[in-house]
Amino acid sequence: MTLTVKTFSSLDEAAAALSSDRRARYLGGGTLVMRALNEGDVSISTVVRANDQALTRIDASGPRITLGAGVTFAKILAERDLGFLHAPARSIGGPAVRNMGTVGGNLFAQNPYGDFTVALLALDATVAVQGTFGARDIGIEELLQSRERQAGALVLSVSCTRPASADAFRYRKVSRIKPKGGSVITLAAHLPIGGGRIAGARIALGSMAPTQIRARAAERALEGCSLDGTTIAAAAAAATEGTSPSDNALGSAWYRCQIVGVHLRRLLSGQE
Amino acid sequence: MAKIPLQFRHNGRDVAIFVDGGTNLLVALRELIGDMTPKFGCGQGGCGTCSVLIDGELHLSCLTLAEIVSGRSVETLDGMKQGPNLHPLQRAFADNFAAQCGYCTPGMLMAAKALLDRNPWPSRAEVVEAISGNICRCTGYEPIINAILAASGGRASG
Repeated sequence: MTLTVKTFSSLDEAAAALSSDRRARYLGGGTLVMRALNEGDVSISTVVRANDQALTRIDASGPRITLGAGVTFAKILAERDLGFLHAPARSIGGPAVRNMGTVGGNLFAQNPYGDFTVALLALDATVAVQGTFGARDIGIEELLQSRERQAGALVLSVSCTRPASADAFRYRKVSRIKPKGGSVITLAAHLPIGGGRIAGARIALGSMAPTQIRARAAERALEGCSLDGTTIAAAAAAATEGTSPSDNALGSAWYRCQIVGVHLRRLLSGQE
Repeated sequence: MAKIPLQFRHNGRDVAIFVDGGTNLLVALRELIGDMTPKFGCGQGGCGTCSVLIDGELHLSCLTLAEIVSGRSVETLDGMKQGPNLHPLQRAFADNFAAQCGYCTPGMLMAAKALLDRNPWPSRAEVVEAISGNICRCTGYEPIINAILAASGGRASG
């Protein structure tokens, strides 16, 4: 099948081309769109690309970091100032996929992929998108909830606040094949602590619902408490609340529900 | 629909071809240039047998839009041997029985080359990580890991 490939130097033009054609898809690293084309997805008739350098820019100097949507996972791993994101970046694919896959594309990766987005959800990231009505910032939760309707919007960048300490952000991916492989479940936790108590906990889960979700009941169990055994047990017991996992080749929905609390307990306890 | 002209460097040699819109690099290499060393495996980025180096970086050619390599350098297994001599990695694969059916071998060798080009003395863990995107259903991986480690120890330049 012959596609139309449109490459633009300006983000405005790329966004306009994307939003004006329902059958257009943005091509970042290729790991999603080219895969769909190889599988014979005839719903895509136009591929839109943009060369603007802003898409590959990393600003990691301050307390709030910004990653251009075209930043690859290999680039994140090469950036010392982004150490807190190295574990999620390293958990994705093999070296070739990390050289190709991008932060922006990961927002649209379906289960059992999209692990980096789990980390961004725990970090309460903001996503800058450009659509028909200009550029705007939206919360990552809102983007994920409306992901199917966002295909016409061009993701420009993702930003989040750097965790206060290395211990305040934790990430764990459970897969059958190591070091790479699709996710059985993926967990990330941001645990800001003030005066010995957790304030503003965010727990994010991957492969536990059609999109990445927050484990709000587990967050409530942690809020205002110290991170001790009792609190961790309460959070682990609440881990499945609000989840709706599916069966796939990597694990059944039942299995995922059985293990998510176990892995959340290990994550919060700092166990390997 | 009009074909798209595409020029890039293929194993040190300038090539110019015409591709259909949406053609992936693997198809361009195999069907338009005649370089049959990158293999088609899964077409999904899961097996790694189509791996090539683009400007020295490991990429999956089946997931790469051919137009993206315009003006860039693409290396495949076909360019690895040096005249009549095997590349040290190829020699190590032969010496260590690192190929059985051989279908994964082009991708394994390119992944290994990407590693050794930036890290000539990798640890075993780094070798395992470097080939973690490449599937082999014959060898059990151990001979491949041993071959890469052997090549890293006794490797000539290049």
